[in-house]
Amino acid sequence: MAQIKVNGEIQVVELPLNVSELIKLNNVEQPEMVSVQVNEEFVDRDEWNSIQLKENDEVDFLYFMGGGAI
Amino acid sequence: MYDFTEQQIERYSRHILLQDVGVEGQEKILNAKVLVIGAGGLGAPVSLYLAAAGVGTIGIVDADVVDLSNLQRQVIHFTNDVGKAKVESAKEKMLAINPDVKVETYHTYLDSSNALDIISNYDFIIDGTDNFPVKFLINDACVMAGKPFSHGGILRFTGQTFTHLPGTACYRCMFKEPPPPGAVPTCSQAGVLGAIAGMLGTIQAAEALKYIIGIGELLTNRLLTFDAKTMKFHTINTRKTDRCPICGTHPTIDHLIDYEQAACELKK
Ligand SMILES: [Zn+2]
Repeated sequence: MAQIKVNGEIQVVELPLNVSELIKLNNVEQPEMVSVQVNEEFVDRDEWNSIQLKENDEVDFLYFMGGGAI
Repeated sequence: MYDFTEQQIERYSRHILLQDVGVEGQEKILNAKVLVIGAGGLGAPVSLYLAAAGVGTIGIVDADVVDLSNLQRQVIHFTNDVGKAKVESAKEKMLAINPDVKVETYHTYLDSSNALDIISNYDFIIDGTDNFPVKFLINDACVMAGKPFSHGGILRFTGQTFTHLPGTACYRCMFKEPPPPGAVPTCSQAGVLGAIAGMLGTIQAAEALKYIIGIGELLTNRLLTFDAKTMKFHTINTRKTDRCPICGTHPTIDHLIDYEQAACELKK
């Protein structure tokens, strides 16, 4: 078991775990709407499967938000 | 130096009393030019507060007319404005609040043909738009022109905003390209709690004023998000990305792009 931070909140997860799996664990409904930072470094969508998370990693999910005018 | 009338001293007294603003800060505000893109949910509070603050020139861009379904959150438009061009309706209210300000209206869509030209006249840009194609367009145009801007987005009960200054993280540093059309609901498709627009728009107005006066810490290299359901605010630290297609070390975008816009089926 390892502790990582997701959007500032601690989550206890089982390693090995890659970014795609973390997204699934967090029930992100539309992964195409999310941009991911690991330790304040943006990671490309095609790297989600290959990036293995480790203890104390900080992951941020940034969501597309479009509204404003209409 | 700006020649304040007695009325102006009184009108702006609560700014002038602030040590960080004072007469000098108010003078900067009166000389400033801010462009508000979108006279909707975000543009409404932004425009009202900027006008009240005495921002000398306020530009407002919007091609739409006021619709009854707008009034739940677009507080600059009133019931008897339905059918009127949003920019005209907004201009009337801004001038009614403060005849000191000059309002320039652009009754048009912002696109690759006019964006650089319009923003070139302004010191600070507010993105108060509702769709991704224009959000990326504003980002790219501002990065190319070296203009600071405030990004804002709202959805259901949530909002997010950051401020860009040349050299700090841009929208494409965080989101490389627009999501596929139809993948992401805009607020007209997904609904939005009206007051959220006020919460976010007033943050954008405050950022513009801070920038003009030159005080405090702007929301640069930070993305502020909030969820009004839990009333939790969260700040994600970001930074300029080397791989960013517009502001990175090897930019691949050298012209403005008009992305395809997802249709808003629920508008009517
Ligand atoms: Zn960038």
